Parts: sequence; C-alpha cells; structure tokens
Amino acid sequence: MPQLSRRSFLQAAGAGLFVLGTHRGNDAWGQRQDQTVLSGSHFELQIGEAPFNFTGNQRIGTVVNGQIPGPLLRWREGDSVTLRVSNRLGARSSIHWHGMIVPADMDGVPGLSFAGIPSGGEYLYRFKVNQSGTYWYHAHSRFQEQTGLYGPIVIERRGGERFPTERDYVVMLSDWTDLDPERIFSVLKKHSDYYNFGRRTAGNFFADVRKNGLSQTLAERRMWGQMRMNPTDILDVSGYAYTYLMNGVTPSGNWTGLFSRGEKVRLRFINGSSMSFFDVRIPGLKLTVVAADGVDVEPVSVDEFRIGAAETYDVIVEPKDDRAYTIFARAMDRSGYARGTLAPSAGLEAEIPPLDPRPLLTMSDMGHGGHGASGAGQMDHSQMDHSHMDHSQMSHAPADPHAGHASPGPSATVDHPPTERTPLMDMRVDQPNVGLDDPGVGLRNNGRRVLTYADLRTIGGPIDRRQPGREIQLHLTGHMERFVWSFNGQKFSEAQPLKFQLGERLRITLVNDSMMTHPIHLHGMWSEVEDASGNFQVRKHTVNVHPAQKLSYAVTADALGRWAYHCHLLYHMEAGMFREVHVEPGEGVAHHEAHGDHS
Amino acid sequence: MSALIKVHITLALFAAVASSAAAQDEHQHHAHHSDEKTESERAHVPPDPPQHQMGDMSEAEMAEMMDMDDTALFGMVAFDQLEWRDTNEGNALAWDGRAWLGNDYDKAWFKAEGERFDGDYEGSAELLWDHVFSRWWSWQAGVAHDFGAGPSRTWAAFGVQGLAPYWFEIEALAYVGEEGRTSARFSAEYEMFLTQRLILQPKLEFKLYGKDDPANRIGAGFSDAELGLRLRYEIRREFAPYVGVVWSRKFGETADLVREHGDEVEEAQWVAGVRVWF
Repeated sequence: MPQLSRRSFLQAAGAGLFVLGTHRGNDAWGQRQDQTVLSGSHFELQIGEAPFNFTGNQRIGTVVNGQIPGPLLRWREGDSVTLRVSNRLGARSSIHWHGMIVPADMDGVPGLSFAGIPSGGEYLYRFKVNQSGTYWYHAHSRFQEQTGLYGPIVIERRGGERFPTERDYVVMLSDWTDLDPERIFSVLKKHSDYYNFGRRTAGNFFADVRKNGLSQTLAERRMWGQMRMNPTDILDVSGYAYTYLMNGVTPSGNWTGLFSRGEKVRLRFINGSSMSFFDVRIPGLKLTVVAADGVDVEPVSVDEFRIGAAETYDVIVEPKDDRAYTIFARAMDRSGYARGTLAPSAGLEAEIPPLDPRPLLTMSDMGHGGHGASGAGQMDHSQMDHSHMDHSQMSHAPADPHAGHASPGPSATVDHPPTERTPLMDMRVDQPNVGLDDPGVGLRNNGRRVLTYADLRTIGGPIDRRQPGREIQLHLTGHMERFVWSFNGQKFSEAQPLKFQLGERLRITLVNDSMMTHPIHLHGMWSEVEDASGNFQVRKHTVNVHPAQKLSYAVTADALGRWAYHCHLLYHMEAGMFREVHVEPGEGVAHHEAHGDHS
Repeated sequence: MSALIKVHITLALFAAVASSAAAQDEHQHHAHHSDEKTESERAHVPPDPPQHQMGDMSEAEMAEMMDMDDTALFGMVAFDQLEWRDTNEGNALAWDGRAWLGNDYDKAWFKAEGERFDGDYEGSAELLWDHVFSRWWSWQAGVAHDFGAGPSRTWAAFGVQGLAPYWFEIEALAYVGEEGRTSARFSAEYEMFLTQRLILQPKLEFKLYGKDDPANRIGAGFSDAELGLRLRYEIRREFAPYVGVVWSRKFGETADLVREHGDEVEEAQWVAGVRVWF
C-alpha cells in the first residue's frame, strides 16, 4: 500500500474519525499479523535497529531479529537452552528473561548479572528451564525496552497443559511512542503532568457542584489542594505519547486470532509495556483466568482484569457464536487502548466499546480510607474533613485480624524509616489499606466481575512452607511533582543492597506511600503473595501494589548472587526506584539445604 | 563439566517424577498432612550459583554499565512571559524567564525579567543556587542585579520558592544591597484549567524597599504591586500563546516620587505573548 494513503488515513484517525466496520486488510500497515516462533534448544538472537511506522511517522525501533515484538521463544520444561544474543546497536544492550528462575549470571541485568552486551559483541546465555507457562523477555538497558526490545516466551509444561485448549495465542500488549524516551524522561522531570490531558477543569467543578452541592465539592477540592496532589494522576505517560499495540499491531491494524465456534482458546496476555497498566475485557465472553505470571492458578471466571507492566495472565475463552469479539485493553487512565479481535475468519471486526470515564483517585487511595483514618496524626494533611468522602467504593479487610494471635502473619504496624524524611517524597500513609480484594482505581463497582489478587490461588501451594523468619518492610515512595521515585525514600544511588541470607525464608511487606500503582519485580526468586493474615495466596514475579496499600509476600532466598529489585514502570526505575538484592551464604545455613528444609 | 550435566539430568528426572506425582494428587493437596511437600515444593528448582560473579564497582561505573543514573543533571529554559504590552506611552516588550540546571536536590537558577520601552531596558537578572529542603520548598541564594534608567543596583539575594497548599506557586526573596539597601519581592501564581489546554493564570507580584532610592524613583516601604491575568492556549505544553491584562500600581513614597515626575501611579495594560519552554 502506498505511503500516501496510509498517511491520509492516519490523519483522519488523528482527528478522531475512527471508522468501524471496514476491513482494511491485514498487512495494510506493514505490521505483522503472524508471529515468528523460534523453538528448540539453541537460539540465535540479534539485537538491532529497524525502521517502523506505527503512527504515520517513520521511526527507528530497537528490535530482536528485525521485529517488534521480538520472536516468540518456545521452550520445553526440563530442556537446557542456549541463547546467543548479539548486539548490533551502537550502545550496550542486554536481555533479561522476565520471571525465569536462572543463575544470576544468566539474568541479563548489566552491572549485577554481567557486564552487558557491548556494541558489536555477544553473550551466550545458558540455563535449564525448570518451569512452564507464559513469560517474556526485554532489555534491561536504559530505554531499549520502550523502543521495542521485548518479546514473548512460552514454556510447554511437561506432561501437557493442565488446562488444554484447541487454540493458543500470545497477546502481548505494549506502548509504542514516536517520541525519544530520553525526551519523555526529561519532560517528566520538568513538568511531571505534561502527559495528563485528563485534568479536572472548571467545567468539572461546576458539574460536581450540581451533582454534590457546593460545600461538598469545595471540601473535596480543598483536600486535594492541601495535599498538592491531583486525583487524575493515574499514569505518568498517557495515550498522548503512546500508541498501544497488541502483538505489535495498532488498534486500527486489528490483530486477529482465529477460532472455530465451540473451541477453547487460550490467550496468554503479557504486559510488555514500559509505563502502562491495561484493563482487559472481551465483551460477550467470560474470561477464565488459569495462570498468573506463568504459574497455574485455580480457574476463576471474570469479566475483566487489570494487568500491570510485566505481569502475565493466561485466560481461556470459549466463544459460542460464529462472530467476531473485540479484545479491548484500555490504558488505566482511559487515554487510549490496544485492540484486537477474535474471529472465525480473518477480516472480521466487532464493535469497539466506548472508553469508560477517566478514573479519579479517592481519599482511600491516599490512605484516608476506613479504619478511622482521621486519627492519622502524622499526616501533614490530617486536618481534612473526611466526612463527605465516599469510602464505600473500597472493601477493606480488617485492620489487624490476628492481633494477639499465634499465627505469625505480616506485622500490622507501619514503620516509616528515617530515610523517609527526604524532601523527595510527597506523602506517607499511616493507615494503609490491607487485603487483596480491591480491583483498583477505575475498576471498582463498574458492574463487571473484576479480577483481584484475592481471586488468585496458585495450584500446588507455595514453593516453601516455612514461616518467614523475618520481615523486611519497604515503602514505595516518590514525589509526583519532582518525578523522583525510590524505596524508603532512597533512590538506588543512595541505598545499600538488601541482604538476604542464602536459604532463608523471609517476608517482604510493601507499603505504598504514593498515589501511583507500582508493579514491583524481584529478579531470581518468586514473590509468594500472602493474604492479610499471612496465608499463601499466589506465586508471582511481579506484584502490583495499589496506592496506599500494604501487601506482603514471602521469598525463599535460594538464588545465590546479585539481583535486581525494582518498579517495572521503566521511568520510575530510571528515576531511582531500584534496589540491589544480594543473596549471600550465611553462617549455619548449608547451601544444599537452601530449598525445602523445614523439619 | 560432566558432573554438572549429571546434576542436571538428576534434577530433570526428579522434576519429571515430581511433576507426574503432582498431576495425580493436584486435587488433593489441600488435604495432605503438613509434613508432605507441596506440588510446588517438589517442582521448584533453585537456580545454580552463578559461574561468574560481578565484582564491586564504583557508583559511577555501575551507573555507566547499567545505563541508569538517578543523579543525572537535567535542565530547562522557560519564558513564562514573553509579551507585548500596550502601555499608556506606547508599546513595550516584556519578559519573565528562567533557566535551571541541576539534579533532584540542587539546581543553578537564572531568572530574568524586564521590559524594553522606547529603546530603553529596565529589569533584573538573578543567579541563584536552589536547594530542596522540604517536600514542597527549596531555598535559593545568590546575586541579583537591577538595571534601568537610573543607577544599577546589585544585591545579595536569599529566599524560598515552592508550592503552597492549593497549588499556589510562591517565590519570596529578600535582598541586601550596597549602602544598606534592602528589598523584598513576592510573587504568587495559580493555574486554572478551563479545558485541558485553555488555562487561566492569575499572578500577583509586589515589592518592598527598606530605604529610599530617589535616583531610581523608589521610596522606602511597600512600593509597587502588579496583578496579571493571562489566558493561554497550550498548542503544545511547551508552546502557548496568550492574551491578558495587567494592572499595576505604585504605593507610598514610591507613588509620590512617580507623581512628582508627572507619571501615572496606576495603569492597566493589555498584553499578548507566548509562553514557551524547552
């Protein structure tokens, strides 16, 4: 298709004239509808650059074997694989196998695992695949992930899938930008709400006055004003900068997965984006979630789920009708969407639903929720009037269900470390929300059954039933205006590594002292999420923490070496929300008993 | 090497057995006695220790290798006002700009504001160090230079800048000059979003002086105030044309000095300009 007609369509699309119901052909945009699949035990991967045109403007993307996303790697549980990764970029590069339990020198984080792959050089990754499910890979070097260096991994379960299906598709979501990511980062440092085109306006004020009355509207505006926070700060980078892709295809390109009526279709959702959360639904179909972060869970049927950056969910659908269904993945701030189609034949389309209204953070998202939070004396905005706020949207677990109980659940207290006295933080939460059953901002009470972590139960239990021997409380901290992000108020450059003793079972309790949702990823070891009482819930590699939420998971430190631990929002990580975890042999803990010894 | 392979084979066999056993009792695992391993415990294989460990390196080397530096410098140049003013005596060009370079804690600031009227320049330039000391505030200290028709004045400057509750952007600086001169300047501005791109910005500024400076037509005390109201449209966030009105007034002894020279003490002007930054 000639360049000109592509441009002119995109100009129309840019003006908001999305045309429904017309078939534009699969390859009209030069985008791949088919995924390259590489399987076997040896893989040759070349990191390089290639021109791409997702928006009407040609840009250079960072590619693996010429593609965005990179080729789908199919491994088999139990196989040993080798991957020769060569780097044809002008800069140092790397590939991290996200969620894979591999030796530290195979984990792909420059500076911690290895020295990175120099320009023109190569690195031979070699490890044994001891797990199965849906994972992904991505660069761990600067903004190369943002510019395209990511791809899916599917590992065949030995003995076959626990939940067999007739069809099996990877649905990889990502956020493409025509902008230079360095520019995005520097703009966020200068003008952190630059990409927010969903701010509350004077018009919203008058609409709220009509709806809620003047005094309530003023009281609500006063609370946010006193905090100097903005309830529309949902995502730092929005659809203003991003074109959301599904398997590397734009919404108008319409990636399509085929099915025959009555078939079971497995969709392996991977959020390979740099800065985006997606809320996914397929109007007309129930989604049966069967795996989270590669690990099988007891099937749970929902209408919708939120997927944070780096998370994966396997979902089974059973289309009963001979028609097209829209896979609709909206950015959490409703500034755009990725879209594809499940259809009995290529070229069919279903209606694209309207975007929900843009969500607003509530006072519970700021730690002003239930549990008598008005007594939160330490908060510098505690004098606010909460009486008019709608707290009913949140469901809260009891603040401390096991006070005085023998069960050693996560500690009920919130201890702000002295390092949180930094000026580079804009809020602290003394009465965090506990419990896993909050679907999160924008998904509460929307009339649909929305997945929460409380619904996820890993089949087969934890990898280690020992009670955690100690608890590390870490606070997710930052400053919206200054665009600084950190743990415990310390940026990576200011913090010492967290030390884990080889073989120990410990608990990490995260307290989100910010108004953003953070997907927290520990390399090398599983994060076994617990409920508020300390009972095992679900095994994950990336754990979303809602604003003002307190959440715990247990970790078995059975992976010797230096590991990355960070927020998987790429610009948060670059701004300092990163720690090193160092697993070292300790006294009295034999290496061989590192795993599974709990007599 | 062969030992390693053997270990792998053993692990693979073990995992295979574990996995088939797991398949049999996956529906019963809840009922099992607690001393039996879970399916996950049997299936999980910890990674081998790394064959090569990264040694310690300096923070700078680490940042370079990771290509991740949270101490990096950023910079910005911005003209909040770059405008044409319709004064009683004719057209004037006015500017209010700033530039900074620094990290999350410390920045060097350059501020310039002034007016060009009838070929003459009048205004001030400041070079300040800015250090964040609380969530919303930083202190600033440095030198300031006022220039215009009268003699130029140079000051040592010290004050605070930050974001007050309700998103008022505040600047409050005190100045100490030669011959015991003192001065203070205050400004507050606010942004009201009429739409996502149409923004109304009120700004209030006032000045005080500790000592008469008749050569510059300044009297001690509260000397002048300016209230501006500018309506801009952000074509891009970085580029926003605007129109507005600015009301200014001299007070006290300063007003008397101005009156003595036959000038107006109060004036309302139309302005039109562009707000740009990069």
